[in-house]
Amino acid sequence: MAAGPAPPPGSPRAQMPHLRKMERVVVSMQDPDQGVKMRSQRLLVTVIPHAVTGSDVVQWLAQKFCVSEEEALHLGAVLVQHGYIYPLRDPRSLMLRPDETPYRFQVRLGGAAIYLAKKNIRKRGTLVDYEKDCYDRLHKKINHVWDLVLMQAREQLRAAKQRRKGDRLVIECQEQTYWLVNRPPPGAPSVLEQGPGRGSCAASRVLMTKSADFYKREIEYCRRALGRTRVKSSVCLEAYLSFCSQHRPHDPLVSGCLPSNPWISDNDTYWVMNAPTVAAPTKLRVERWGFSFRELLEDPVGRAHFTDFLGKEFSGENLSFWEACEELRYGAQAQVPTLVEAVYEQFLAPGAARWVNIDSRTMEQTLEGLRQPHRYVLDDAQLHIYMLMKKDSYPRFLKSDTYKGLLAEAGIPLETKRRVFPFMWRPRHSSPSPALLPTPVELTAACGPGGGDGVA
Amino acid sequence: MATEGLHENETLASLKSEAESLKGKLEEERAKLRDVELHQVAERVEALGQFVMKTRRTLKGHGNKVLCMDWCKDKRRIVSSSQDGKVIVWDSFTTNKEHAVTMPCTWVMACAYAPSGCAIACGGLDNKCSVYPLTFDKNENMAAKKKSVAMHTNYLSACSFTNSDMQILTASGDGTCALWDVESGQLLQSFHGHGADVLCLDLAPSETGNTFVSGGCDKKAMVWDMRSGQCVQAFETHESDINSVRYYPSGDAFASGSDDATCRLYDLRADREVAIYSKESIIFGASSVDFSLSGRLLFAGYNDYTINVWDVLKGSRVSILFGHENRVSTLRVSPDGTAFCSGSWDHTLRVWA
Repeated sequence: MAAGPAPPPGSPRAQMPHLRKMERVVVSMQDPDQGVKMRSQRLLVTVIPHAVTGSDVVQWLAQKFCVSEEEALHLGAVLVQHGYIYPLRDPRSLMLRPDETPYRFQVRLGGAAIYLAKKNIRKRGTLVDYEKDCYDRLHKKINHVWDLVLMQAREQLRAAKQRRKGDRLVIECQEQTYWLVNRPPPGAPSVLEQGPGRGSCAASRVLMTKSADFYKREIEYCRRALGRTRVKSSVCLEAYLSFCSQHRPHDPLVSGCLPSNPWISDNDTYWVMNAPTVAAPTKLRVERWGFSFRELLEDPVGRAHFTDFLGKEFSGENLSFWEACEELRYGAQAQVPTLVEAVYEQFLAPGAARWVNIDSRTMEQTLEGLRQPHRYVLDDAQLHIYMLMKKDSYPRFLKSDTYKGLLAEAGIPLETKRRVFPFMWRPRHSSPSPALLPTPVELTAACGPGGGDGVA
Repeated sequence: MATEGLHENETLASLKSEAESLKGKLEEERAKLRDVELHQVAERVEALGQFVMKTRRTLKGHGNKVLCMDWCKDKRRIVSSSQDGKVIVWDSFTTNKEHAVTMPCTWVMACAYAPSGCAIACGGLDNKCSVYPLTFDKNENMAAKKKSVAMHTNYLSACSFTNSDMQILTASGDGTCALWDVESGQLLQSFHGHGADVLCLDLAPSETGNTFVSGGCDKKAMVWDMRSGQCVQAFETHESDINSVRYYPSGDAFASGSDDATCRLYDLRADREVAIYSKESIIFGASSVDFSLSGRLLFAGYNDYTINVWDVLKGSRVSILFGHENRVSTLRVSPDGTAFCSGSWDHTLRVWA
């Protein structure tokens, strides 16, 4: 049985939306005019009315939803697995065969108790172990109506003896399917299995009763939201178009990658050529540094070149300061006071060795905040320096000889020819786990002496 | 006494109507700037070619349903967790298992790889998030160095490291998200506002790195300010639980996958839903979504065992991938976008390219 608390029976959580949707599909499949063609199917010597063939089901689904036959077959198989359609031949396996195999639509769902009771009566108490468990549990659960269940079971058995062979066969298949779907044998997967129960937490129960607090929070949120500026849809949507087209050549799943996609060719050269720190970055990689300041900083090679460039312009302290602030923001809680102190000494104190040029108002506010250091205390100063680099140093870097040179030097890898003999086994190179390597030299080690200035 | 009760009821009713009218105004404001739809703008975009994606690796080794997976920054290693408590680290390129640890609980619904590649985090029905340093020392038992970081009052549904190994963001069935200091286990910030279980979260790829989005059983997707703990934006258009949220690579939007069988795109600057990815033939819930590197493709894993590939701009379904033999429970694109990995209740993980 599924682990975790099960949803209470009949609760809204138990009504999964996909079941309702499947029911709707099955109902439209049975429409006399638009539905699947019903006919009488011959099963050995018996004739079963109102049956459909597997291939008709697949065709109907493919047409109705404008999908391929493969997809229609998959969808049909799902309907069979959930018991909405049941096979008249070989009811032990709930599969949809796209051929003349006959199927019928499940008319009623429910009555596990009745089914078991009938089996119990027929076989005179020789239910299989797991069936017996279910029987006992059901008995306990619906004890008060058990007499009714037994009565119905006896009535159905009596009626069954009088029914025609065809009807008996149909009912048997129906019930066998129901049993397979709702109580699969141990070890077999169940389509009805759900993950751990959701919505059972206290939060949902408490907030279901919409209290005054709940509405007050909503009102506050709405007021804030109304005050926010929004951007016109056309502007926002155009931004996607330009982002997608700019990044398209860099998207391996859309445009492929050179020399080859390692997963497809089993050759990891692409990764070797694009390693985090590499002497000769590829052309695509160098191009990306020009997309945005963030892309430049996120690439260790790009950042290193930018650091050198800043050094030449004697503004290396800006990047170092920014890196130190990042270290503070994402560092361990216990380190916060030490890091704040170190940053102050190095970058903000009057006469500091690597004093950063922030506007007086931000500086004042920052120094004020330093009295009670916390991890976000340098945010304003950090943002100021970031914007300075982004608006000033970064554009100059892109126009610089350094960058232009890198772009010109950078190469485009040649495509690896596909292997001529695909059955030749090519060993897949393993790579050392990052966990094995010594602690990587952090680029944020700005608090060290002379970090990243490019000064010899 | 009787008059006091009456007074309370009136206040509640007036609060409710005030909230409702403000919500209406908000909708009006949003609608004013709605001058064009995405599929209209996308008409002049070139259509994508034929898509052939196949399973390139199958990772077998879990003895039970795979519930979650995450990529390492080295672009080839992954960590995966399953219903029976097993957490495995693989080099998925060679398909070798490198580490395995058994959690003391079942249904490990969340796992994450640390940015350094030296640790993993995981949790589930134990209501906690634990961090395991990865060690290759044969004498050391991985479970010995385990650090218990987060403590919730209900199951852990998602976890993610921030920019470093030292902070973890968690989402829980107790309706909250929380930010933790790994070393001390201290709660740095908590995020309240969801009306039911929170099922997923994703950190924003922004320059200033301050926000994240979460989705829950209350059908809401909420964007949070990590510093203040406040909800800055909320979207409520799905018709059922939101199982997965993922930012568009520019950080200006995010996609969601829900039990209502649709995926949706929400723009943060326009402050509204801008696209719905759905098809009549798709009946089962989407359990996990992720974008390709350029944001042009959206991969979504569904509870009917399939993976659908959507053209984000045009809104059409580009491809359907068969292969898994049970629900697809988790899906992530690799850090360099060369492949994506899917995990399933059929006990396997597949890498597709």
